[in-house]
Amino acid sequence: MSKLVIKNGRVIDPAQNIDKVADVAIENGTVREVAANIDTAGAETFDASGLVVAPGFVDIHVHLREPGFEHSETIESGSRAAAAGGFTSICCMPNTQPVNDNATVTSYIVDRARRHAIVNVYPIGAITKDSAGEELASFASMKQAGIVAISDDGRPVMNARVVRHAMEFARALDMPLIEHCEDLHLSAGGNMHEGLVSTRLGLRGIPRSSEDVMVARDILLAELTGVRYHVAHISSRIAVEMVAFAKSRGLKVTSEATPHHFVLADTDMLPYDSNYKMKPPLRERPDVEAVTQGLINGAIDAIATDHAPHPGDEKMQEFERCPFGIIGLETALGLALEQLYHPGHVGLPHIVKLFTQNPAQILSLDRGTLRVGAPADVTIFNPDHEWTYDVSKSPSKSRNSPFDSRKFKGGPVATIVAGSIVWQLP
Amino acid sequence: MSKGLLDIESISREDIESILTRSKTFQPGPGQPFKRTAILQGRSIVNLFFEASTRTRTSFEIAARRMGAEVVSITSSGSSVSKGESLVDTLNTLGAMRPDAIVMRHAASGAPHFLSRYLPVPIVNAGDGTHEHPTQALLDALTILDRRGTLEGLRVAIIGDIAHSRVARSNIFLLSKFGAQIVLCGPATLLPPQIGQIAPGIELTTDMEQAIRGADVIMMLRVQLERQNEAAFPAAEYFSFYGLRLEHIEAAKSNVIVMHPGPINRGREIASEVADSQRSAILNQVENGIAVRMAVLERVLAQ
Repeated sequence: MSKLVIKNGRVIDPAQNIDKVADVAIENGTVREVAANIDTAGAETFDASGLVVAPGFVDIHVHLREPGFEHSETIESGSRAAAAGGFTSICCMPNTQPVNDNATVTSYIVDRARRHAIVNVYPIGAITKDSAGEELASFASMKQAGIVAISDDGRPVMNARVVRHAMEFARALDMPLIEHCEDLHLSAGGNMHEGLVSTRLGLRGIPRSSEDVMVARDILLAELTGVRYHVAHISSRIAVEMVAFAKSRGLKVTSEATPHHFVLADTDMLPYDSNYKMKPPLRERPDVEAVTQGLINGAIDAIATDHAPHPGDEKMQEFERCPFGIIGLETALGLALEQLYHPGHVGLPHIVKLFTQNPAQILSLDRGTLRVGAPADVTIFNPDHEWTYDVSKSPSKSRNSPFDSRKFKGGPVATIVAGSIVWQLP
Repeated sequence: MSKGLLDIESISREDIESILTRSKTFQPGPGQPFKRTAILQGRSIVNLFFEASTRTRTSFEIAARRMGAEVVSITSSGSSVSKGESLVDTLNTLGAMRPDAIVMRHAASGAPHFLSRYLPVPIVNAGDGTHEHPTQALLDALTILDRRGTLEGLRVAIIGDIAHSRVARSNIFLLSKFGAQIVLCGPATLLPPQIGQIAPGIELTTDMEQAIRGADVIMMLRVQLERQNEAAFPAAEYFSFYGLRLEHIEAAKSNVIVMHPGPINRGREIASEVADSQRSAILNQVENGIAVRMAVLERVLAQ
């Protein structure tokens, strides 16, 4: 009978409208009580004075690279990076080798996660077989094996008819369809956002419209099919407007933004440094501002990292040959505080909501709240302490971050999964 | 990071002036043979060409030898590059041989910038992808100065595949620093609107007559038909609308200078009669290439 009482923290649980200094009692892996002055007899205690005690953070968009690319990341190493970033649940995209397009691969991931991950891992299944965009993957059996959504992340489905059918299935199975919005014909050969910077640097561009036309197409198909449709890593100011428009029409459309898209613009890139290369690409300053506004006003529902590990030898190449993607689990909270909280745009409950209640709701996960009886996943953070990110110490197997050596104000202090402390600030 | 010559954008007008002034001292007088010096005696230069080039590579080789440097040229076919060695490993290997400078051409934009962050050897960019070709802009400026004495206030029309041209970018940055009026002209798909904002003093047009009217200098760019897949343009009618013909020369200033970085496609972007005319400075450009590269190598190796 393990017991833990987190003492005197500022407990913020947007799902229950709680924001007060209180204790949180955990027993046998579930939340037992949130109240003042809880009796600590026979319990371990954690002094959270001056700290925020929140439901465990949920990241609905990560790449764990296992099976197939274990030199980049494994379920274990990725879960450790998640814990160090305050995440207690992560949802992994299906672009592994083999692709997670059938129940066998799903079961493998679930099994590896059970044995090796230190946080909860939820697999996301492919939309199409091998994510090739043609034949539908085995949704229903993958759902039985544990997937929580479908997506061909990284390889958007170009055929609108295929997407339509996938949406119809997803709706019937009550699972959201997550789209990586990129028209591959418009973006072909591109290495960064198409604009003044790409023109100066002589790099081929990825136009904003390559994202916008897919968001537009999918919103129309979402209306047709009634699916719960989710836009991954939104980065275009026009796409943000379209999502807001879809919501105003009452559609079940949601979206997420990554920290790099609400912090960095193409003008912030170190020229030809592949740690600034990702999809969608870093866009222009007005896009960064629109994404930030979307997170403030609700057009964007959640913060997700799109944690995308690539080992050094893949990133140490000519810019146009490097793969897309950066790691992001450990820097997400710090960047959210920097961009949204410290400038006074939103209060801490809003930040917590973007990391907990909303992402959990999008994927219907039984997480993201400290409700009595809920799994005792807790993220304890300090909104003000100063620290510097040193990517060389990351538990991730990869080092591809543009935020190395960045100074942060605020970050995670301890991560608790099912009542056990899995990570603590050293 | 060691100082080489990576691009024109990041160097000052004063530095460019000093390279051009020094270049003039390396130009042979009329009918004279090229000057030889021993300024770089005992220094070694590696020419590393990851992309086919005859004239630029040869020009750098001759420039190095005329100053007494040892020079080794490596081209990508037949080297370890074609055996799958990464760029960083190739350069580390060469770096361990301690050359005094590396002259590099690469098909990827920014490849020399990327390497210069990791390599202590100064790198001279001999053309990177669709980004810059700094010595080409320097030799073009020298060629214009030979005939006009100044760059300021000149109207320079650059015509062709602007989007993919490293020659255009380097010339834009250089000419803009010297107060020239730059007119960029090409088919709409090869003329991205943003290029008008990369430096001050740029005008864009898809109309060749407008570009050429009153021009002091016409720079033609090589058209690469293999780029068809990336940015479509109707190749069949290219020469009719963007090929330089005698009637264009008559519409420009009487002393207009016609330039081309070579190799030229006669009948595709430039008519033979124009390429071989009195107004053509194409061979002067080639000759000035050596003088400019001597000045650049001296400057880089003197550091």
